[in-house]
Amino acid sequence: MSGAVVLLRRVGSVVNAGVARLGFAARFFLLLLRYSGQSLLRVHLTMREIYFSGVLSLLIIIVSGLFVGMVLGLQGYETLQRFGSGDALGVLVALSLTRELGPVVAGLLFASRAGSAVTAEIGLMKTTEQLKAMDMMAVNPLARVVAPRFWGGVVSMPLLAAIFSAMGVFGGWLIGVVFIGVDEGAFWSQMQAAVDFREDIVNGVIKSFVFGVAVALIAVFEGYDCEPTAEGVSRAITRTVVSSALAILALDFVLTSFMFRGVS
Amino acid sequence: MSDTTLVTLRDVRFAYGEREILQGVNLSVRRGQVVAIMGGSGCGKTTLLRLVGGQLRASSGSVSVGGRNLAHLSHAELYALRRRMGMLFQFGALFTDLSAFDNVAFPLREHTDLPSELVHDLVLMKLNAVGLRGAEHLKPAELSGGMARRVALARAVALDPMLIMYDEPFAGLDPISLGIIGQLIRRLNDALGASSIIVTHDVHESLDIVDYVYFVSNGRIVAEGTPDEIRVSTDPFVHQFVHAEADGPVPFHYPAPPFAERLFGQGVA
Repeated sequence: MSGAVVLLRRVGSVVNAGVARLGFAARFFLLLLRYSGQSLLRVHLTMREIYFSGVLSLLIIIVSGLFVGMVLGLQGYETLQRFGSGDALGVLVALSLTRELGPVVAGLLFASRAGSAVTAEIGLMKTTEQLKAMDMMAVNPLARVVAPRFWGGVVSMPLLAAIFSAMGVFGGWLIGVVFIGVDEGAFWSQMQAAVDFREDIVNGVIKSFVFGVAVALIAVFEGYDCEPTAEGVSRAITRTVVSSALAILALDFVLTSFMFRGVS
Repeated sequence: MSDTTLVTLRDVRFAYGEREILQGVNLSVRRGQVVAIMGGSGCGKTTLLRLVGGQLRASSGSVSVGGRNLAHLSHAELYALRRRMGMLFQFGALFTDLSAFDNVAFPLREHTDLPSELVHDLVLMKLNAVGLRGAEHLKPAELSGGMARRVALARAVALDPMLIMYDEPFAGLDPISLGIIGQLIRRLNDALGASSIIVTHDVHESLDIVDYVYFVSNGRIVAEGTPDEIRVSTDPFVHQFVHAEADGPVPFHYPAPPFAERLFGQGVA
């Protein structure tokens, strides 16, 4: 009996702590938006973060996009060929990438490459009292450090997802058309006919924007909220990657269920 | 409060949750003075400094700086007041992605619209005052502990503050750097016409440069006086602290039941 009570108490305390942390994160998000104006006016601060989060993530995004597209080309052709629809390879590659794989895989890569770096940087600034020093100099760390990194992530993510998808389509073309010999005209014309700008491309961009907001918020929050020790920073980085991955997959399901319901 | 007093703490209490850190502290810093707050590790010295800087709010009592009660200030008013304060953190807290020059320029660029030539000249003047004009291009990782603290000191006085706060400025420094920092604290205070609060447990270095000393123990001010009064004080706590005695009012042993009882009583299984 007492064992069950202890277990219940533990569950209660974990749930309580989780809800409190969620509330704290929501409050943090509102404050972040409130102080974003100041930092957005100073464009060079956000541009610097776009460079660190976006430009420096290009290599991993381009290479991964290429390989994902090539694998799609191989697997897609193999399956489509069974039904005599090898020419539809372009459609399969383009739709898979713009609707799902582009935003989701680019989001996961972005979280591990840029999100973890942002958490580590802010966490270390906290550990070495740089944030406190800034606050004592009457410079708000939320406006000067956190907001530019958040917006840098939000701007970078859709662009990276678009580049990922474009590289993926190129990879699919490379395998399908150049190596396997699918008809090039059919590959591109079927893709052009089947991919809808509003339904597929715009929805994909919306997804990548939402994932960008989620990953950037998780990354800056975990860094800002971390325990100011080496162990605390390391745990915060782990939490950023894990929570971002879960958030991306869960949000993807929710967004997909709204966006593509009834689309044939 | 008279015009000559810059910082006043009246019956200040502060607690982290259940744990009471300060239990009714009264303290004042006059304009132009360098005041030391001394005490053992964990006695509440740094908490006192954070209260004066407005980073923490007192549970009760009042903290006033420049005649303004910090408890009544809005966030914007507190920031306006902090522009007139400088703080040197224990390990400098320099921005690691900026050079020594950019670190000192940071508050000037954030709070003023001065042309870059003027910022350049001002920063070089501040760096020259701490003897590091030649190190302007170095990153914090390339500076020694003492140099980093001097750059941080230049940054703390970049806006010519009225109050400069030092959190353990002597911790972990070699004797030469220690002497340099001590002299800089005094010289900068007098040159800027500012007031300074030094939180430290380094007795001899501080007694040479300060005007007044407060001793904190268990969250209370247990002794105070000028350096000369402190040196000849017969107060047991001050005596133990100044002469670095292992045992005294601050016991060597952490509270525990009698040793014999532990050894021969229920202790051995």
